[in-house]
Amino acid sequence: MKFTLMINEGPYQHQSSDTALQFARAVLEKGHEIYRVFFYHDGVNNGTRLSVPPQDDRQLQKEWSELSKAHDLDLVICIAAAQRRGLMNADEAKRQGLDADNIIEGFHISGLGQLIEGSIQSDRTIVFGD
Amino acid sequence: MATKKFMFVNRKAPYGTIYALESLEVVLISAAFDQEVSLAFIDDGVYQITKGQDTTGIGQKNFSKAYQALGDYDINKLYVEKESLEERGLTLDDLMELTWEDEDDDYAEKPSIHLVDRAAMSGLMADQEVVISF
Amino acid sequence: MAMLHIVNKSPFERNAFESCLNHASAGDAILMIEDAAVGAITKTAFAAKVEAALQDKSVYVLSGDLAARGLSEDRIISGVETVDYAGFVDLTVNNDTTQSWL
Repeated sequence: MKFTLMINEGPYQHQSSDTALQFARAVLEKGHEIYRVFFYHDGVNNGTRLSVPPQDDRQLQKEWSELSKAHDLDLVICIAAAQRRGLMNADEAKRQGLDADNIIEGFHISGLGQLIEGSIQSDRTIVFGD
Repeated sequence: MATKKFMFVNRKAPYGTIYALESLEVVLISAAFDQEVSLAFIDDGVYQITKGQDTTGIGQKNFSKAYQALGDYDINKLYVEKESLEERGLTLDDLMELTWEDEDDDYAEKPSIHLVDRAAMSGLMADQEVVISF
Repeated sequence: MAMLHIVNKSPFERNAFESCLNHASAGDAILMIEDAAVGAITKTAFAAKVEAALQDKSVYVLSGDLAARGLSEDRIISGVETVDYAGFVDLTVNNDTTQSWL
């Protein structure tokens, strides 16, 4: 089956990102496909390159990044939610006249339509939130 | 592209959190995809469409007018749960008048809000192919 | 069409779990994850509602979330089944639609 996952909350603040990550791993282990993971609301904060969580705890942003690279996943950060919360890729930062960008590898920024398109193309849409 | 039955479920009041605003943004985008879209307002979600919202005292943008645009985008199935209104001391009169123009009926103006009881809401949910909550 | 309802908040903190039970249909499945796992054990003020749901729906709890909160599986309401993340995936596959009550 094809899955689209929606993640509404940021890392550490809520368990959503953890649950979604464990779920995503289980989906792949069972031989299903992850069509897209869409990060919305504070969920965009899962895509930052600049986090330094305590060494003895899970490294959520890096783990999502690694999962994305290992399985060639489509991790989408919603542009509207990202702009509100200060998640920028290099192009967008330049366009906005900002002096830095902070998206981690394995994520990319795109529009809200990607959520709808993902749900249309997938067999299952699962939402992780508060 | 396939057509699916999408329901967007709203259960939170506006302004205390961003869910009401950002969920409306998703709904408006969904109009471009020609799907069978409906919205459910349950529990505190009913507060999202009360009339007379005045946010000047809290410094936030009042986005309630945006709900009025839904009809122009063919999003005209807004299901409001009767029990949720009653539990909160509200009636249909407390909600905005949201309408759409039926081009198959001489552009007659019709209400987009449909008051349903809990059992009917349950039935509507059971019918959906994609349910998105915020 | 059967639906999987996912609840993730404690029934003592939010009304999401209660609202879920009020809207789920016969034949549906309900899965407790994260803080909602506290609703899986006996003798709580919410247990009767979970027991009532068991009459015509299947109810599950994610075992990891129960253990994380110091609740042992022998305290689970009779009829509630435990699943791991693999079982969670199976539930989403075996039910036509999933709804998260946030």
